[in-house]
Amino acid sequence: MAARGRRSYEGVAVAVPVTVPYRRYSTKGAHWFIGAALDALVEKSGIAKDRIDGLTVSSFSLAPDTAVGVTQHLGLVPRWLDHIPTGGASGVMALRRAARAVQAGDADIVACVGADANHVESFRQMLGGFSHFARDASYPYGSGGPNSIFAFITAHYMRTYGATREDFGRICVAQRANALKNPNALFKVPLTMEQYLEARPISDPIHLFDCVMPCAGADAFLVMRAEQARDLGLKHALLRGAIERHNAYPDDPVLLRGGWVMDRDDLYAQAGVRPADIDFVQTYDDYPVVVMLQFEDLGFCEKGEGKEFVRSRTLTFDGDFPNNTSGGQLSAGQAGCAGGFLGMTEAIRQLTAEAGERAVNDARLGIVSGFGMVTYDRCLCTGAVVLGASA
Amino acid sequence: MTMPLMKPRRKNPVLRTRQMNLPPWARGRTALGMTAAAAEGRFELQACQRCRAVQYPPRDACHRCLSPALKWTPQSGAGELLSETVLHHSNDPFYRERLPWRLGLVRLDAGPTVIVHLHGDVPGPPARVHVGARLDRAGAAVLIGFPPEEMEHMADDRMLREMTSDPKFRKILVTDGKTEVGQALVKALVKAGADIVWVGHAEPWKKLPGLDDITALPQVTLVPLDLTNGRSVTELAGEIGGKVDIVINNAEVHRTYGIAARRGTDVAKHEMDINYFGLLRLAQEFGPALKARSADGVTHAAAWVNLLSIYALSNYPPHGTFSASKAAAHSLAQCLRAEMRPTGIRVINVFPGPIDDEWNQNLPPPKVTPAALASSIVKALREGIEDVYPGDVAQEWLERWRENPKVLERELAAGG
Repeated sequence: MAARGRRSYEGVAVAVPVTVPYRRYSTKGAHWFIGAALDALVEKSGIAKDRIDGLTVSSFSLAPDTAVGVTQHLGLVPRWLDHIPTGGASGVMALRRAARAVQAGDADIVACVGADANHVESFRQMLGGFSHFARDASYPYGSGGPNSIFAFITAHYMRTYGATREDFGRICVAQRANALKNPNALFKVPLTMEQYLEARPISDPIHLFDCVMPCAGADAFLVMRAEQARDLGLKHALLRGAIERHNAYPDDPVLLRGGWVMDRDDLYAQAGVRPADIDFVQTYDDYPVVVMLQFEDLGFCEKGEGKEFVRSRTLTFDGDFPNNTSGGQLSAGQAGCAGGFLGMTEAIRQLTAEAGERAVNDARLGIVSGFGMVTYDRCLCTGAVVLGASA
Repeated sequence: MTMPLMKPRRKNPVLRTRQMNLPPWARGRTALGMTAAAAEGRFELQACQRCRAVQYPPRDACHRCLSPALKWTPQSGAGELLSETVLHHSNDPFYRERLPWRLGLVRLDAGPTVIVHLHGDVPGPPARVHVGARLDRAGAAVLIGFPPEEMEHMADDRMLREMTSDPKFRKILVTDGKTEVGQALVKALVKAGADIVWVGHAEPWKKLPGLDDITALPQVTLVPLDLTNGRSVTELAGEIGGKVDIVINNAEVHRTYGIAARRGTDVAKHEMDINYFGLLRLAQEFGPALKARSADGVTHAAAWVNLLSIYALSNYPPHGTFSASKAAAHSLAQCLRAEMRPTGIRVINVFPGPIDDEWNQNLPPPKVTPAALASSIVKALREGIEDVYPGDVAQEWLERWRENPKVLERELAAGG
């Protein structure tokens, strides 16, 4: 059922999730990681490189190149191209755009790549120049980067709705348990609630384990028509619905809700499902408060009830509400724009029986949610997709 | 409430003197409008001339109606503190050296949400707060959340002291103690809590009125200083240069007349020798010493003050050669400011209208009294102001100069 006049996403497959292993620091550049991701796509899919006729690139560390420069660098000749450096929303946005391209016949096989380098100095250098607004109005205030912005948001959320640090700790501790089953996760040791609560403060009330670890790495997948995926014999998931919104609720003085609220009815209508039908979620988790916002704004509980929700549900891959089954960025690492792809590759793996030890039992339907780009005092981009198993 | 600052103990001479790392100074061209207003002590944001919406962060078009007509407009700063955080980690060396650091998120009554450095006297959210703009150590405007009412020892807040050049506990050189302005300055600085005031005295054999009053103050020491004499400046810098936190150069020669009323160049040369070359000599000797101590604890070297004149902006023909020397000094002071900025030393330029002294005897009022001039300089040090236009005449000239410098030139040529 099309909502609000939107065409459906029927017949679009998403397949071949690949990950270039994350590493804390790497002397390699973004082109290297993009090349490695494409190489993995070609190898895993068996599709020759010159049959890839569509490309999206998401990266913060590509400058002064854009996606165009990547085509010459890697010898691709696509007839459809997009550059989507929107961080945590880039995976959802890439899939939405690629889906329309294959539906329209503008491309047959689109490679969507999120990749970032991380040199020792990269993160600091990125923060001050992240946006005009950050340069003028946030970075000069303590230079905490997103830590201080999400400290404001977390503190305001706690004061408004009565959530506690322990509530956020449930999210982080469960994700660490998931990460222990993910060989690519950077964090390899368990995290207890006690360790979470006693961690050193970073920007009150944000403490160490509320923060992601920036790293280098890449995630990528292919988008094509479902029939083509079947013809090629590729395991795939189906795109059931997709939404996107930017700069939602600009007059809210502090971010307490995201753009999902504006569009979620469309999302579920497109997919023909209700929140209760969803088997797992891959939320964007730059900070745990954001995960709680997504539980609320995607309709799994009411606004302000996130704290009761996390107290009453089990968030591990084998629990009754599996969230970020890869460990998420909080425990797998944040590879720049690949952080916006992590949930997508993980969801495809869950729906194509590639999730190994962390497989969600009988996973048929999943949501991948994106959230990106803190240009000043909040994240601007929100988006989400519903993915379904193909058979 | 802020704990009053205690007088720092004598510095351990064995320890290395810390060097300055400036806070992030980069701003876009549009955002520099906020710095321009803060440099004169005002908090201004852009207001849309079509729909009145107040904008922040600074923009190139209205976020509500897309009008490009955005005008920098004074703000009351009233707002509500919505959230706060204390940073324990920073990516920037300036802040890393000064952690923990308190920040606030404020909804201004005028509309925008702003991030501020939060004064320690503001209670936790929700709380009313007064937002003001200040120049930080890099000379760039930042917003600060103050408590809505003045509180005792407010100026001693650790964060605020980083933004200002408060005379309290500082060691200050005033280059000329023989004038009424110099003496008023000394008294105002002592009242503001200065630790030591060295007062320059070019001709120690002359007994001038008022000198005894200030030398009786325990904080004050007379020192020989003749700005026309390079050796005199070098000798004093060798003696006290490593201790001075604030230099106030108030020495000036002021004679009336323009070009035709006096033959030769002797008087004009003398004006230039003090007003322009004097500043140059002083800056060459004392500038490096200040720069080296700009991060040296709570009484770090902080500021350099130049007594210029509103005539520096546009020549006042009845005082024509004096105007020219002050214009030269102004230009040099801009150079000094650029050279001092990388170390966080603030150069404050003061542009008074006619001062109520003997050289302006024939001018009608209003004139700035020496005491009022001195208190405006202390205020500038305390509030981190960079350009000061004390008195009604200076304010009016500034407005006319900004409106149309050519019109002002014509009016001054016609006698004012």
